[in-house]
Amino acid sequence: MSITTVKPTGTPGGKPSPSDLKAARLPRWSPYVIAVGSLAVGCGIGLAADLDSRMQWGLIAAILFVGVSYFLSATVEGGRQAKDRLATSVVWVMFLLAVVPLASLIYETVKRGSKVLDGYFLTHSMGVVADDEAGGGIYHALIGTLEQVGLACLIAVPIGLLTAIYLVEYGRGKLAKTVTFFVDVMTGIPSIVAGLFVLSFWILMLGFGPSGWAGAMALSILMMPVVVRSTEEMLKLVPNELREASLALGVPKWRTILKVVLPTAIGGITTGVMLAVARIAGETAPVLLLVWGTPVINSDPFKDAQASLPLYIYQQYQSGNQVGYDRAWAAALALIVFIMILNIVARGIARWKAPKTGR
Amino acid sequence: MDIPTDTPPKPSPVPDGKPTPTEQKRASRGATRPGDRIFLGLSRGSGIVLLGIMAAVAAFLAYRSSVALADDSGNFLTTFEWDPAGITTGGKPYFGIAVLVFGTIVSSIIALVIAVPIAVGIALFISHYAPRQLAAPIAYVIDLLAAVPSIVYGLWGAIVVAPNLTGLYSWLDDYFGWTGIFEYQGGAPRSLMTVGILLAIMILPIITNVSREVFLQVPKFNEEAALALGATRWEVIRMSVLPFGRSGIISASMLGLGRALGETIAVATVLSPSFIIQASVLDYGGGTFAQNIASKFSEADEYGRDALIASGLVLFVITLLVNGAARMIIARRKEYSGANA
Repeated sequence: MSITTVKPTGTPGGKPSPSDLKAARLPRWSPYVIAVGSLAVGCGIGLAADLDSRMQWGLIAAILFVGVSYFLSATVEGGRQAKDRLATSVVWVMFLLAVVPLASLIYETVKRGSKVLDGYFLTHSMGVVADDEAGGGIYHALIGTLEQVGLACLIAVPIGLLTAIYLVEYGRGKLAKTVTFFVDVMTGIPSIVAGLFVLSFWILMLGFGPSGWAGAMALSILMMPVVVRSTEEMLKLVPNELREASLALGVPKWRTILKVVLPTAIGGITTGVMLAVARIAGETAPVLLLVWGTPVINSDPFKDAQASLPLYIYQQYQSGNQVGYDRAWAAALALIVFIMILNIVARGIARWKAPKTGR
Repeated sequence: MDIPTDTPPKPSPVPDGKPTPTEQKRASRGATRPGDRIFLGLSRGSGIVLLGIMAAVAAFLAYRSSVALADDSGNFLTTFEWDPAGITTGGKPYFGIAVLVFGTIVSSIIALVIAVPIAVGIALFISHYAPRQLAAPIAYVIDLLAAVPSIVYGLWGAIVVAPNLTGLYSWLDDYFGWTGIFEYQGGAPRSLMTVGILLAIMILPIITNVSREVFLQVPKFNEEAALALGATRWEVIRMSVLPFGRSGIISASMLGLGRALGETIAVATVLSPSFIIQASVLDYGGGTFAQNIASKFSEADEYGRDALIASGLVLFVITLLVNGAARMIIARRKEYSGANA
């Protein structure tokens, strides 16, 4: 807010300003006061009119804030400043609007999930528990998710890494351009389509049954482009001087890549892989088509149906009774915690191992 | 910088044998040593594998779809039924995607209409309005929105959000019911509108992130020139940031659209599906491609699965076109913006 405009003679407002070179301005604290004031009035109206949704209170306050600051500014500062303030307050409101769902989602999940989530829940399966009976847990689903995600990593990480190396270190010409483009397009493949592909290829054509492995193949298709993209970004950050120094010493290019380029970028690559894992760990659709889910513990991902955490949530939700809902929320909380830990660790590694580019 | 010191420098920069000029030339290209050739082969190979997977996805879906379409007694594009087992027609498969096309497009449009202005607002907030120390944490919070799995959104949408929407929907019905679009007859608010709202929240992060990147690339000179002319912050944004970022916003929205079109499990949890097309977006009913596949899969026999794969192929082609177009717009502006060089 440090911009002051030179006031031409006869501006709207027309009041004499303290200095001839400065237009009249609202004091610095005015947005805060207006915000607090409109919040209070919003709550007041909400209480008085007996609106039971807190969202409505907030909306009234937001509209009041935007309106009041616009009119105040329009009378004191003139039209252009008022428009500026309007934009500022609208942008702030947009931001707060986006935080509301996130806050509500996390609050509800923690509140409803912590009811059932305990040590017993984490270490027992649904093997002998009926749908409408309390008890049971997610042990079988945890095993399934970990195995499927692990297998998906085994497929996707090598292919993704090598593709990224090809694009950054070797890639010139048509092939590289095509690969780049399709990697981008591949990030947008709906997860259900990846599931349908493995279904038509592995189950319908080759005649295998549902298994954790089939799910892992679909997940790896979703994971590959993410790994390629993030690895590519990281490899591009490695300073060229390092490569040149190594090559000038006569080190073959492949050894340069393995011993100089990759170690320099390894922090960022790990981060990328972990974020990709976080993304696929929450995928339900392909697992629904290919792994099917089971209430009992099956630790062999290559044989028969397996459970998985996201699928467990879906199936518990579909059972349609309160016990099922409770279990679904608890599993959702466990899944969110798992993914958030992955995210936080990944970002920690990124910060800790970030290549110093000297810029 | 931890350059591993254990790489022994070769005594001679040239491979063994006498370096003839041609050999030197080939050595400089770095693909003569067997190790290099293997490594190049491996990395190029995995690039090709990636392309192969994309081709295989298209090929397999197309093949299974052709099996399904050959026996469809209805018109695949205009039939308002999904009955691959032929229960109502006496054994003849009868199905089509008209309802799914309608539901998918309507819910995605609702999502875009809600999400794009808010996402652009947040992107501007992060790039131009937020106090500098706050910008990074806020960007992180938006990333958290992206990290929440879609099944959790679905659960939250179905149990927490949907019951709270009846009030809003009756209000919309009171004042805008005459349009036909916002007619609401009561009942569970598990409608395309609810799906659209949920999808909007889910695609918010991707639109925000891509537009923020673009806004940060606006040449500083443009902004400073506007400031020097006495422009307010909003005028700077309107005159230099938004025109520069327009194509970025468009492609970001298209990426978000691609997400919304293919979202499966959140829609399957929230929507109460039926095979009808209705003008009202507030009454329950309708369906989307991905939701239909997830909901119908468990009861489908082998032919039923082929029918679902046929609808999946349509979804695949649509998302491919949308994403491809978005990426092309991004790639084209990267070339001349020079900010990414």
